[in-house]
Amino acid sequence: MTSTVTPDGRTIGDVLLEVKNITLRFGGVEAIKNISFDVREGEIRAIIGPNGAGKSSMLNVINGFYHPQEGEIFFHGRKRNAMKPSQIARQGIARTFQNIALFKGMNTLDNIMTGCFTHMKTSLLEQAIWWGRAEREEYVYREKVEHIIDFLEIQAIRKTPVGALPYGLQKRVELARALAAEPKLLLLDEPMAGMNVEEKEDMCRFILDVNAEFGTTTVLIEHDMGVVMDISDRVVVLDYGRKIGDGVPDEVRSNQEVIDAYLGVAHD
Amino acid sequence: MYYREAGDFKTSYRKDQQNFPIRFDRVHFWTMMVLAFAVIPFFINDYWANAVFVPFLIYAIATLGLNILTGYCGQVSLGSAGFMAVGAYASYKLMTSFPDLNFFVIVVLSGAITALVGTAFGLPSLRIKGFYLAVATLAAQFFLVWLFNKVPWFYNNSASGQISVPRRDMFGIAITGPEASAATKYLVCLAIVFVLGFIARNLTRGRIGRSWMAIRDMDFAAEIIGVDPLRAKLSAFAISSFFIGIAGSLFFTIYLGAVEVGEAFGIERSFLILFMVIIGGLGSIYGSFAGAAFLVLMPVLLKNALVGGLGWPSDVAAHLEFMIMGALIIFFLIVEPHGLARLWAVTKQKLRLWPFPY
Amino acid sequence: MSADFLYAIEVLLNGLMAGVMYSLVALGFVLIFKASGVFNYAQGVMALFAALTLVGIMNGEVPFSHLINAMFGTQVHDFGWHVPALAAIGLTAVVMVFFAILVEKLILKHLIGQEPIILFMATIGLAYFMEGFGDMMWGADIKPLDVGLPKGGSIWIEENTAWLGGEGQRFFGFFIDKLDMSATLVAAILVIALTLFSQYTATGRALRAVADDHQAALSVGISLRAIWVITWSIAGFVALVAGIMWGSKSGVQFSLAFIALKALPVLMLGGFTSIPGAIVGGLIIGMGEKLFEFLAGPLIGGATENWFAYVLALIFLVFRPQGLFGERIIERV
Repeated sequence: MTSTVTPDGRTIGDVLLEVKNITLRFGGVEAIKNISFDVREGEIRAIIGPNGAGKSSMLNVINGFYHPQEGEIFFHGRKRNAMKPSQIARQGIARTFQNIALFKGMNTLDNIMTGCFTHMKTSLLEQAIWWGRAEREEYVYREKVEHIIDFLEIQAIRKTPVGALPYGLQKRVELARALAAEPKLLLLDEPMAGMNVEEKEDMCRFILDVNAEFGTTTVLIEHDMGVVMDISDRVVVLDYGRKIGDGVPDEVRSNQEVIDAYLGVAHD
Repeated sequence: MYYREAGDFKTSYRKDQQNFPIRFDRVHFWTMMVLAFAVIPFFINDYWANAVFVPFLIYAIATLGLNILTGYCGQVSLGSAGFMAVGAYASYKLMTSFPDLNFFVIVVLSGAITALVGTAFGLPSLRIKGFYLAVATLAAQFFLVWLFNKVPWFYNNSASGQISVPRRDMFGIAITGPEASAATKYLVCLAIVFVLGFIARNLTRGRIGRSWMAIRDMDFAAEIIGVDPLRAKLSAFAISSFFIGIAGSLFFTIYLGAVEVGEAFGIERSFLILFMVIIGGLGSIYGSFAGAAFLVLMPVLLKNALVGGLGWPSDVAAHLEFMIMGALIIFFLIVEPHGLARLWAVTKQKLRLWPFPY
Repeated sequence: MSADFLYAIEVLLNGLMAGVMYSLVALGFVLIFKASGVFNYAQGVMALFAALTLVGIMNGEVPFSHLINAMFGTQVHDFGWHVPALAAIGLTAVVMVFFAILVEKLILKHLIGQEPIILFMATIGLAYFMEGFGDMMWGADIKPLDVGLPKGGSIWIEENTAWLGGEGQRFFGFFIDKLDMSATLVAAILVIALTLFSQYTATGRALRAVADDHQAALSVGISLRAIWVITWSIAGFVALVAGIMWGSKSGVQFSLAFIALKALPVLMLGGFTSIPGAIVGGLIIGMGEKLFEFLAGPLIGGATENWFAYVLALIFLVFRPQGLFGERIIERV
């Protein structure tokens, strides 16, 4: 497939991630039923759906917390075997959580520095001596992290313990931590849940800026339709674990099944 | 005007991340080191060495070790004394099997052997969490003590079942055994503590330390960042046991000289080290030293005050010591669950503004 | 049947009785853990303290006599009277309730909302304090305890099982201590009473509500602090029963505090939140360790009771981390 250019000048490339016929069961409950979709390089892909539609389960399948009973996942065109989440992180998939999952005992800087974990290479022994490579490496990544801190405008809270931060800022720190991993694919689980309008606007701006600046492919789950329709390139709609719609925002908006799922349907 | 950071600007990341970012702290630290290395050795006598300084230094190592595991990686262990016993018996076997080996090599090797044993007992931590793990580490405590008690190979078939340290010299001075002087014992321990304290600080501020803290604070979030829980937990167990093994080795070779395993490395010792960590402050290098100092000094002071000062029989004093110890622990947990280290940080915060509180 | 096999069965039976003791202590742990989320390390010391107090009251000893003698140079020891066993047990129960109130007022109240590990540490502190306090109050020497429970081997069982060995075998019937049998009976009654209490009374329902969710319980008007006093009182009473049993068997002494350590693997095996788990876990460990000592002890040096329970629990947990009856913890991401 060749790359296309969006109206705002971003390049969308080949398929980066493809999930094929995924089925996930918990005991007898089918959380995800035979779902397939793809994510292309550089795009912002949204997953929407009512509560319990299987959106978060889908993200958990992509980053390896859940292992689906059926189906295949292709990343960079290669079939992915069952892996631990930490191995998948090393392949370049980072994420944020619906309920903030920051490291409460550390300050903002350390939280974001932890995001660099997969890239830092010095051994235990070098770390113990803290001379030469280990020290240099620390400062190289400190500089990268400072860049992200500037980008997300959180300079002032650099040394604040994250537990003391307000909700919106914690979400931003979590995004910073995911970005520090320099991911090829960024998964955002409801990045704007529980935010007020200003905070949502800020967060939208950051997601778009990240995508434009670093070209990071982003998959996001969101409930706010306005947001989803504005910022995403393509949308997948799930309902009760099934896929009921897939396409550019305008297509999805006019899809009858999607309207039924959201507005309910009159049974006569 | 005594404790100020104003005007102390950082112009590089190196300076921002140094050990003591505030000049005042830096000066104090090095003054204390000069005192410890160059002044105290000339004044120390047997009583001070055996009652205060040597046990303080050795406990500081063990506390650092346990703090790495519990304070930084969040895995509670009640088996510290069992691992100390591994260090002690490893030293004994090494010293008696290879009489020409340098003492410091023996100490490091004992630490390494303990690290192996500790890693093996750390394996269940992958499946078991929280209290279940804490209780599981008791298995190590009881099994190891029983092992050293029942298998004669470990104590070279000695009739008493005890192990006692042979004399080893370095530069013609006795380091271990009854001939070693107070100043030598003190300096050997101090040097090892200095190096290990440095290592602990380095490990906890870098990549590895952050992976431990990530596991401690939220293990699944750590995983999605790429931290392998297996490696993080096992490396914490290994490093922690390395420290504790060295503490056990010194406890036997330098401090006690002769050891009966059940007495020297019983469960109470494990608890004592855990108390030091808690009272000092979980996840704090400075706190490890503060906690060790506090719990080494307190019984000495109590004993001097009650038995020496008031003339009470020593058993009544011992009971009161238990009570005070217990009450203090509860008191500390209520007042400041984050230990002396946090108390000190709060004090410093106040000192920065003193005498003008706003 | 061969004598060896019959001896193995006798070992098992005695292990079962020892297991009842472990279960009793473990029961106290579970009660407090369920109600307040506190892993109460002091449970063993509570048993010691209860037993010490019971003996002290029965013999009419003067509390703190050592301390008073040390401070004022006097020579007081006891009041010179004897209190009947039942009255003394009642008085001790009152002391334990008083103790529960103090624990709530002085410790738990101030630690609401702290992490479990901090609460656990606080109970270790409490254990230290009570150990010193109990010894300070009543003295640290080993004391016999006799509340009138039957003692010695049961001749009836011995005579009526001797035939199992058959002709020519060196087997003279099972030796089972009467004290162990009464302990089993008491434990059974206690468990039934506790179950009835928690299922069929309003307080019991409140207890279970608190165990499930502190905040939800608060929101329907249950007083957390009252519930805590009640659970610690019940745990104190269970400790008293355990203290009487162990004390009658081997004298009231410091080692009683260590039964807490024996109860820990029982909890791991049974799950921290399950009363049946505590009972079954206790029985398994009691029988397992006696049998292992009987079979493997002579080969590897003996005294395997020190660690067998822990290693058994450890191996078991690797395969089933929530214990036998513990609720499966589902981690949601």
